[in-house]
Amino acid sequence: MTFPIVEKETLNEGTVLLRVKAPRIAAHAQAGQFVVLRIREKGERIPLTLADWDEETITLVFQPVGKTTQDLAKMLPGGSIRDVLGPLGNPAEISKVGTVVLVGGGLGIAPLFPQARAFKEAGNRVVCVIGVRTKGLLFWEDRFKGYAELVVCTEDGSHGMKGLVTDGLKRVMRERKVDRVVAIGPPVMMKFVSLATREAMIPTVVSINSIMVDGIGMCGGCRVPLTTKEIRFSCADGPEFDGHIVDWDALLVRNRMYEDEEKACRCT
Amino acid sequence: MHVTRTQDPKERISNFSEVDLGYADTDAIAEAKRCLQCTNPTCVPGCPVGIDIPGFIRRIAAGDPDGALAVLKETNYLPGTCGRVCPQEDQCEKACILQAKKDPINIGKLEKYAADMGKHSFVKKPPIGRKVAVVGSGPAGLTCASFLAMHGVAVTVLEALHEPGGVLRYGIPEFRMPNAIVEREVEQLTRLGVVFEMNVLVGRTVTLDELRAEYDAVFIGSGAGLPYFLNVPGEEKTGVLTANEFLTRINLMHGYRFPEYDTPIKRAEHAVVIGGGNVAMDAARAARRLGSQVTVAYRRTEAEMPARIEEIRHAKEEGIGFELLAAPIEIIGDTKVSGISCQRMALGDPDASGRRRPVPVEGETFTLPCDQVVIAIGQGCNPVLLKGCDAELGKGGTVAVDRTFMTSIPGVYAGGDAVSGSSTVIMAMHDGREAAKAILARLKNHHSRIANYK
Repeated sequence: MTFPIVEKETLNEGTVLLRVKAPRIAAHAQAGQFVVLRIREKGERIPLTLADWDEETITLVFQPVGKTTQDLAKMLPGGSIRDVLGPLGNPAEISKVGTVVLVGGGLGIAPLFPQARAFKEAGNRVVCVIGVRTKGLLFWEDRFKGYAELVVCTEDGSHGMKGLVTDGLKRVMRERKVDRVVAIGPPVMMKFVSLATREAMIPTVVSINSIMVDGIGMCGGCRVPLTTKEIRFSCADGPEFDGHIVDWDALLVRNRMYEDEEKACRCT
Repeated sequence: MHVTRTQDPKERISNFSEVDLGYADTDAIAEAKRCLQCTNPTCVPGCPVGIDIPGFIRRIAAGDPDGALAVLKETNYLPGTCGRVCPQEDQCEKACILQAKKDPINIGKLEKYAADMGKHSFVKKPPIGRKVAVVGSGPAGLTCASFLAMHGVAVTVLEALHEPGGVLRYGIPEFRMPNAIVEREVEQLTRLGVVFEMNVLVGRTVTLDELRAEYDAVFIGSGAGLPYFLNVPGEEKTGVLTANEFLTRINLMHGYRFPEYDTPIKRAEHAVVIGGGNVAMDAARAARRLGSQVTVAYRRTEAEMPARIEEIRHAKEEGIGFELLAAPIEIIGDTKVSGISCQRMALGDPDASGRRRPVPVEGETFTLPCDQVVIAIGQGCNPVLLKGCDAELGKGGTVAVDRTFMTSIPGVYAGGDAVSGSSTVIMAMHDGREAAKAILARLKNHHSRIANYK
């Protein structure tokens, strides 16, 4: 059984959306979860966070930056993905906490969407701070409407407020009481979001997409270094962690572990 | 003892093909003829699944590998696997009467010979109109599925990874347990009508409740899980990984053929493997084949190593160094590993396992320079695979079962490492078969599926 691609959309020059038929995954998916996929027999297994789902299909949003995502970006409706395993990871902890600020940078905007929907449905006031380098890289701005108040940040000021998502977050924090922050994006972004909320002692959840092989609690490759010196695993204990106790510098080093090999097989 | 042929060590360290080349017919027959055919064989009780050892050896001696395989398959559905990975020296061969002369029958290699050379197909009983889901396709699951399918049960095996075989696929390397053997054992099950579904993680892709609604019984053989770490400073450095990750990249993902295959694997200059079990030997020998200089560091002596004697011998032949009585205390380097500091140990009094406990030798520490550390010191239960399974857990977080291998949920059985925590392939097979017997008895006693669960 393979997983047919039913829809492909180019969200912008660097971001691709695929809708894939996977009824069993779709039926059990919850906000915060991910899948591990392999596109061909000689392919690697890579994790991707779910951006959305309906009864029959799951939505994946990715940037073609590595070997597998580049190959994936070339696939078309009618084709199919060889293996998709999921939904994996613990679902996001969704409850009524008051005002929730969801911070998404770049590709992180996509997996933020199911969280916005879930937090809204749980009765929260939801603010989404989403950020990209420049207007052309933005996607799904209208999709959040009805679920969240939107603060758009661009680094070059071409749309919304000029600045990084941390600037947007700080503005929201000045204007109102924030009860929880959820950040999804590049590790550097999540690091600075966590630093920004630390002093104000706002509980901050980050979603960590680390190096992973099986995704089912076997290989120990996805370990997340914590400042408490405990070892946790993204696939078994995560993917969401308390941003205030992640050892960001150690994590950043770990994520570059296979940099040389990745370069070797990337088609440029 | 007639020994089997092996690939030359100089040659085999540059390939991943099977090291042991098995018996030629004449040698197998000669070895089989050494068997005394005891009236009360001591080897049989030495086997966890009670194989009729003199029976299959007698047929090899008579030049009948097909007959030998048929005898093996009465009790052991995966002889090609057991012949390769069982710790025979602690089981059947230890109990062999010729052990008195320090020259036991080479039972493991004879089993492998029969499995590889013999032809056999299972005889299937008529369908009994019952369905069972088997969770996990490792040794426990495959054995359970075999037994049930032969007895006319419709079996579906659900596997989370993209290939069947469990530890036989992701854990044990090609040079010791070729994938072709796993494929053959799986193929045989497919011919019995067993359906394999890949990419299904029970508890996530389907829930246990959904399985219980659809099937008459469920067997959980989900295996072990997260590897242990050393808990020493520096473990987060680049170049430190577990044997599970290292071997999964190599065996399941074919990382040793990167970039033909997409999964990368680090080829170290000098790898240090921590541990003394079969997994440590597998990792060390795999690293050797990737071109690394390899040192195995173990905190006791060779006599206490849990690895099979053959694996230790093969590792030595392949030029792997052993640093014994060495316990890691710190992994050094900036962000990348550059060495591992160890404490020199000495053997003290025996511990609970009966092995002499290693104790530190005051003031004696040393550093092994290396650019890779592979940790192979065992593993705990798997929190992911057991999630969403509401069965009661026992000590150490494994699934608790009764004498019939049934969990706290009626109709849901479990066995193998999911129950034991960490054991051998043959013990997992034993569990799978015993659970299958209990499942079959239950299915025959319960006439309605509703009655099963009320």
